[in-house]
Amino acid sequence: MSLSGLNSLYREVILDHSEHPHHKKNLKQATSKVTLKNPTCGDVINLELNLVDGKIADIGFTGEGCTISQSSASMMTDVVLGKTTEDGLEMAQIFSEMVMGQKRSAADLKKLGDAAILSSVMQFPARIKCATLCWWALRKSLGENVDD
Amino acid sequence: MDSKFLKIRNDFPILNQKINNERLVYLDNAATSQKPQAVIDEIVRYYQNDNANTHRSVHTLGERATEEYEAARGKVQRFINAKESREIIFTQGTTDSLNLVASTYGEENISAGDEIVVSYMEHHSNLIPWQQLALRKHAILKYIELTNDGRLDMDDAQKKITDKTKVVAIAHVSNVLGVTNDIKKMAQIAHIHNAVMVIDGAQAVPNQPVDVQALDADFYAFSGHKMLGPMGIGVLYGKNNLLNKMSPYQYGGEMINFVEKYQSTWADIPWKFEAGTQNVAGAIGLGKAIDYLTEIGMQNIANYEQKLVEYALPKLLNIPEITVYGPHSPKLHNGVISFNLKGLHPHDLATALDMDGVAVRAGHHCAQPLMKYLNVVATARASFYIYNTVDDVDQLIYAIQDAKEFFKV
Repeated sequence: MSLSGLNSLYREVILDHSEHPHHKKNLKQATSKVTLKNPTCGDVINLELNLVDGKIADIGFTGEGCTISQSSASMMTDVVLGKTTEDGLEMAQIFSEMVMGQKRSAADLKKLGDAAILSSVMQFPARIKCATLCWWALRKSLGENVDD
Repeated sequence: MDSKFLKIRNDFPILNQKINNERLVYLDNAATSQKPQAVIDEIVRYYQNDNANTHRSVHTLGERATEEYEAARGKVQRFINAKESREIIFTQGTTDSLNLVASTYGEENISAGDEIVVSYMEHHSNLIPWQQLALRKHAILKYIELTNDGRLDMDDAQKKITDKTKVVAIAHVSNVLGVTNDIKKMAQIAHIHNAVMVIDGAQAVPNQPVDVQALDADFYAFSGHKMLGPMGIGVLYGKNNLLNKMSPYQYGGEMINFVEKYQSTWADIPWKFEAGTQNVAGAIGLGKAIDYLTEIGMQNIANYEQKLVEYALPKLLNIPEITVYGPHSPKLHNGVISFNLKGLHPHDLATALDMDGVAVRAGHHCAQPLMKYLNVVATARASFYIYNTVDDVDQLIYAIQDAKEFFKV
C-alpha cells in the first residue's frame, strides 16, 4: 500500500500554506465581508476585503476547513492582493476552469501564482469544492452575483 | 459462526474490486450498505417476469405484482414483530417516514405551547421535520442532553418530558456516537405523560433484532438501503389505532375509497398512506434482503459486529493522536465509530484512506447540532456491516498510520 498518489495533491507548498496560512486575520477596515459555507462538509470561510480605488488594498480570511480549503484561501489572498476588481474576477474564472479540467494557457495559469498548483485537485473530484470555496467568496466580495 | 461471516463478502459483487490498486474495504455502511447478488437478482427477476401496477390490474401480472408486494409487507411485519401487516406503510425511506408522521400526526395533534422532545444526537431527518412543525405551530422544541461519554442522559429525559409533551422523537441508534439508546425506557416515560414515541430506527434495524411491540413504539421508521435492500424504499410502522385516526399524507391514486366531485373517502390503512404507484420492485428487493438477514439471524449479526468493535476500538484508542467520540468501552459502543486524527481535517484523512482502498465517511453526518455540541467541525466515521472482517479493521488501522506518516501529524 502506498500514499504516493497523494503527493500530487498534497504538494509541499500546499501543506506549507495550510500549516502557516497567509492573511488569516480580520481586517481593521473592510469594504466587504462575505461568509460562504460548504454545507456538504461544514467548511466555512469569512473573507474580508478592503477595496480602495478599485484595487484590493487589503485582504484577510478566517474560518475552518481542510488542508485544501485553507491552503487555497492562503494562496488566493497572496495572489489577488493589490489587484484590481477586474483582475480578481478574471483570476477566479481561470482558477475555476483550471480545477474543472478545462485547458487554460500557460500565461493564464501564471497569473494564479502558487494557486496554479491546485490544478492537481481535478484528479480528486470530491475535493474540488474545497479548493474553490474561497474563490467563490472572492467573486461575491467583488460584486458578482453568486449563489451561496 | 465467524467462518460463515468470512464467506459473506463473496455474496457482494461490488466488494470484489480494487480501489486505487488496493483491496476495497467498505466502511461507510451507516450511510448505505452494499447489496448481495440475491437482492440484485430478485429485482431483475421481478422486472423480467412479474412487473405490473399493483392493486388495480385484473390480469395475471397485476395479480402477481400485488401478491409479491403484499408478501414483502408481511416479511417486514414479521421482521420487526408488528402485530398486523396493515401497520406497515411503505415509504421512500426513513426521512419520508418521519416527515409523514410530522405532517399528519404532528400537524393534527400539536398546538401552540405544546412540547416536542428530541435529543442532541438526532440525524437531521428526525430533527428538521419537528423543528419546522414547532415553528409552524408555535410549539416548544426541547433537547435531551447527553452524558460526557455521549449517551442519552436519562435523568434529563425525565425532566424534559412533561405533561405538555405531545411527541418524543429519538434515534434508536446514533449515526455518529455508536450508542444504542434505551428506547423501551424512553417510551415508558413518554407514555406516562401521554406523549407518542417516535423512533428513528435507520441505524438499528440493519444491525440488531428489533421488536416494535416490546419497545412499545408508537411510530418506528427505517430505510431499506442500509440493510442490503435497494435505495428508495423504507418503512413506517405505526400502531393501527393511531394510523386509523390520521389524515392521509398525500392525495391521488390508490389511496382512495370513493371519489365524488367535491369530496372523497380514504382507503383503509396501510393503503391510505400509499398514494400513487409505489416502489414495488423496491419493496420486493427489501423483502429479499430481509430473507437474507433472517437466514443469518439478527442476533448473530449483532454479536458479530460487537466482536468487530471489540477488536477495532482498542486499536483506534491505542493511537495517541486519535480521538474517538461516544463511549470508549466496546460494550457500550456498536459498529459506528466516529473519530478524528489530531492535526488533520477529516476530509484530508478520508482522501488519504481512500488511496489505501478504505472507504469512510467524513463530514457532519447530517447532525450539525451534535457537531456543535461535541465542539467539532466534522469527524471521520467508520461503520461496519456483516461483510466486514478483522482484516478490514487491520487495513483501516494501517491506512490511518500511513496517513499519519504522510501528513506528519
